[in-house]
Amino acid sequence: MIITLEYYRSPTRYLAGRGVTSTRAGGRAAGMFAANLSPLRLINRPDPDRPGPGWTRVRPLLSGICGSDLGLLTGRNSPYLSAMVSMPFTPGHEVVGETLDELDGLPKGSRVVLDPVLGCEPRSVRPCPSCAAGEHSRCDHITAGTVSSGLQTGFCADTGGGWSRMLVAHGSQLHPVPDSLDTEQAVLVEPLACAIHSVRRVPIPQGASVVVVGAGTVGLLTVLALRECTEAGPIYVIAKHGHQRERARELGATEVLSANRAARALRRATGGFLAHPDRGEEFLLGGVDVAFECTGGSGLDTALRLTRAGGTVLLSGMPNGSVDLTPVWFRELNLVGAYASGGRDFPQALELAGQAPLKGYVDAIYPLSRWRDAIGHAAAAGRLGTVKVVFDPTRD
Amino acid sequence: MSRPGFVLEVDERTPALLMHEGEGFRLEKLPLGSRVVYPPESLPGLRDLDAHIREALLHPLGCEPLPELLHAGMRLTIVFDDLSIPLPQMKTPDIRQRIIEQVLEMAAAAGVDDVELIAGNALHRRMTPAELKRTVGERVFRSFFPHHLRNHDAEDRANLTEIGTTKHGEVVEINKRAATSDLIVYVNVTLTAMSGGPKSVSVGLASYRSLKHHHNVHTLRHSRSFNDPPNSAMHHSYNRMAGVLDEHVKIFQIETSVNNDTFPTQLGFLNKREWEWTLKDQAAYLAVKRANDLTPIKQRRQIWHRTAAPYGITSVTAGAPGPVHEVTMGHVLRQQLTEVNGPSDIGIWGLPYICPYNVNSIMNPILMMSLGLGYFFNLYRGQPLVRPGGVAIYYHPVRNEFHPVHHPSYIDFYEEVLAETTDPVAIETKYEEQFATDPWYIHLYRNSYAYHGVHPLYMWYWGAHALEHLGQVIVVGGDRRTSERMGFRAASTLGDALEMAKEKVGGSPTITYQHTPPLSMADVR
Repeated sequence: MIITLEYYRSPTRYLAGRGVTSTRAGGRAAGMFAANLSPLRLINRPDPDRPGPGWTRVRPLLSGICGSDLGLLTGRNSPYLSAMVSMPFTPGHEVVGETLDELDGLPKGSRVVLDPVLGCEPRSVRPCPSCAAGEHSRCDHITAGTVSSGLQTGFCADTGGGWSRMLVAHGSQLHPVPDSLDTEQAVLVEPLACAIHSVRRVPIPQGASVVVVGAGTVGLLTVLALRECTEAGPIYVIAKHGHQRERARELGATEVLSANRAARALRRATGGFLAHPDRGEEFLLGGVDVAFECTGGSGLDTALRLTRAGGTVLLSGMPNGSVDLTPVWFRELNLVGAYASGGRDFPQALELAGQAPLKGYVDAIYPLSRWRDAIGHAAAAGRLGTVKVVFDPTRD
Repeated sequence: MSRPGFVLEVDERTPALLMHEGEGFRLEKLPLGSRVVYPPESLPGLRDLDAHIREALLHPLGCEPLPELLHAGMRLTIVFDDLSIPLPQMKTPDIRQRIIEQVLEMAAAAGVDDVELIAGNALHRRMTPAELKRTVGERVFRSFFPHHLRNHDAEDRANLTEIGTTKHGEVVEINKRAATSDLIVYVNVTLTAMSGGPKSVSVGLASYRSLKHHHNVHTLRHSRSFNDPPNSAMHHSYNRMAGVLDEHVKIFQIETSVNNDTFPTQLGFLNKREWEWTLKDQAAYLAVKRANDLTPIKQRRQIWHRTAAPYGITSVTAGAPGPVHEVTMGHVLRQQLTEVNGPSDIGIWGLPYICPYNVNSIMNPILMMSLGLGYFFNLYRGQPLVRPGGVAIYYHPVRNEFHPVHHPSYIDFYEEVLAETTDPVAIETKYEEQFATDPWYIHLYRNSYAYHGVHPLYMWYWGAHALEHLGQVIVVGGDRRTSERMGFRAASTLGDALEMAKEKVGGSPTITYQHTPPLSMADVR
C-alpha cells in the first residue's frame, strides 16, 4: 500500500473550487480554497501495477507543484483537456525519483527524472506520425494503448503520479540524473526541458527583441533557455515580485519591468507608438519581435499587445481564460503553442540544470501529509518569495 | 502708494503664516527668528489701458511708430506668448487680445492683408482652440483661426529657417513664416525677470536644434540666477541669438508687466499679509480651506485652474526689443524685488498648484521639482536665499500623478530615467537625444497636445543649479515614494523637516521663508 494524493471526479467540488477562486476575494486566497474545496484527497491505495515490459516502478524523491496542477485544483484549466485524462489519478508530473526495477540500460536504484508525456512508445502502440518524427509531445494516441487516457503521467489513472510514494514509468520516459546534479535541481529539469522546447518552437533571429511575460518557474527558466539556446538580443521580463526581478536579471534579462509600465518601457526600448483604446489596456504599434506568455493567465493579453506587427507570441503557460484575439488579426501575429518537450530537450535540460544558477529555486518542501499547506504555498509562491514548491513523498 | 517689500522676523506676536501646497494651503507657525520675505504690495494697474497701448504703439522706444512700419503688400506676423504666462491665467479680456486688436486695426488701416498670428509655444504643448480664443479674443479668433492663427511647430522642418549662427556656434533656427516676414510684432507678458526681451523670438519660435544651446545643464548651472539676466548664462545666449536675429528680421516688441493681484477678491486673503487679515479674511480663509479640503482632488484642480487672476497691467512698452525690455524689467522688479540681508541655512517655499507647464493640467512630480528648485529657487538676485550646502524645504503633496495627454514623455522620464539617476549631467548625456528625437513624442507634440519629448529633461535641468547648490531637499506633505524617486526626503510636518535638516545645518539654523505667490524676488546682499 502506498500513500497518494488522488484527484477524483466530483462535479460539486470542482464547481465549488472554480466558483470561489474565480471571485476577487477567492482569487486572493486561491490556494486555501483550492486545497479545501477541490476534489483532491490523501488516501492509501495498492501499489500501481506495471502495465507491461519496459516499465518500472519509481519512488518519487521530489515532485513539483506546477501551474497546470494549480489550474486543475482551482478549476481554471480548460475542459478541452478533460478528454485526455482518466480518473481518478494522482497528480505530479515534475518528478525526480529512484527506479525500483531493473530495465535495460537502467539499473534498479537509478536516480531519474521523468519525461511525463505518455506517447506511443509507453502505450505500446504503432507510432503516430509525430512520435515517429521524435515529437512525442504531439502524440495522437494519448487516449489509446496499454495505459488509460492521460496526456501525461500525473493525469493518467494507471501510471500514478509524483504526488505519491510510487508511480510506474516506461523506460523511454526516464533520464538518469548525473551524480553531480542534486535532487533539488533535478526536479527542475522537466520545466526546464519545456522552456528549452518553447524557445525552439520558433526561429529567434540573432538580436531579436523578446519579452517574457511572467517570472514564475516557467518564465524564469524561459529566460535561461533563451540565453543559452538562442541568440536573442534584449530580453525583457515582466515580473510582479522583487525576488523574481532579481532572479530574472541573474539569468540574463536585459531589463525587468512591472506589468503596469511594460507597454511604455517597451515602447521606449523598441520604438513605435503607444495606443490607448477607449476600453482595455494600452498597446504598442511597434514592440518586440517575440513574446513568451508564461503566466497561463492574463499574460496572453499583455503579450499580444506588446508584440510588433508580424511578430510571434508563444504560449508557454497553459492558457486558461478568454482573451481578445483582435491583435492577432490586426497585427498579423503568429500565435504559437509550446507543449511539454521533445527529443533533445531533456538531455540538454539535464546538462543546463547542472550549470545554471538554480540553487535556491526549490525552497519549500512539504511531506504529502501537509498537502493543503503545500498547495496554499504554491498558489501564493510569487508573493511569498518562492519559485518552486515541491512534495517530498519520502517524508512523513 | 503701494508699500515696498520687506523682510519680517518672526517673533511671539507673528501669526501663523500662509503656505501654499499644491491645490491647497495651510497656516504654518515658523520658528522664532525665521525671516519671511514679502513682495511689495500690489502696484496700481494702468487706467484706460487701451489708451496706454495706443500710446505705446505710436510712441515706441528705439524705432518708428508701428503705423509707419506697416504698408500694403507686406508680410506681417504677430507672435504672442503662449498659455505658460501669466500664472494664473488672467481675467479676460487678456492683455494680448487688447494689444493684438489694436495692432490689427493699424494693419488694416495700412492695407496689410498678409497677416498671420502664431503662438510662441516653442516646445510647449499646442494651445487648444479654446485656449487660443481665450487669449486673442473672440473677434480675432473668428477672423484668423485656423489658417492664419496657429501654434508654432518646432518639428515642422519645412517651416523652420536657419537664420544664422552666433559667434559661439549657436544655431539660430526659427519659424519660417516669422523669419520671412517684413515685420514680426511680438506681444509679450513679462511675469518674471527671466521672460521677455531677447528670449521672446529666439525661444518662442525656435526648434530643438536651436534651444539646446541654452537649455542645457551647463548653461543653467551658470545662470545665477536665471531671473537675473546680467548673471545668467542662459540670457547671454539669448542675447547672442537676438543679435543674429536683429541682423535678419525686424521685430517690433510690445511688452507688458502685471501687478501682484494674483488671486480674485473671494481669495483676497491670499494676496495679503497675514497680520492684516480682517475678520472677513479670516472667515474666508476658514471657509475656503474647509471647502477646498473636502473637494475631491480632480474637482479641486479644475476649480483652481478656472480661477483667473484679476491682474492689473503696470506697463505697456513697445519698440525695439532691447530698450523695451529694459523698461519692462524695471516695472517687474519694482513689483517683485525685496532686499534680503544674506542667505540662510534653510529656505522654505510653499509651492502652489500651478507652474508654466501645467495650465489646465496636472502638476506632476517633475514639474514640482522644476517649480521648486527651478523657478522659485531662482527667484533671487545676488546670491541664493540658501547658503551653499543648505537645505530647501518645500510644501507640496508631490503626487505620483501625470496628465497622459499633456505629459507623455514625463511619465517615461519619471519611470525610467529617474529610477536610474537624478544627476542632470548623466541624464543629459544618456537620455536627451533619445527623448528629443523619439518619433512618438514628436508625433504627439505635433498632433496632440503633448509637451515635446525633451521637455521633462529641460525641467530637470531647470533645477540643476539648485541641486548642485543645496545639501538637501525636503518636501513637507510630499508623497514619500515619489519624493524619494526624485532624490528628496519627505516630511509630515515642518518640525520633522527641521529635524531632518539638522544633519546638514545643525540644531540652530537660520531660516528664510520666501512668501510667494504673489511673486517675490529676493535681492540677496
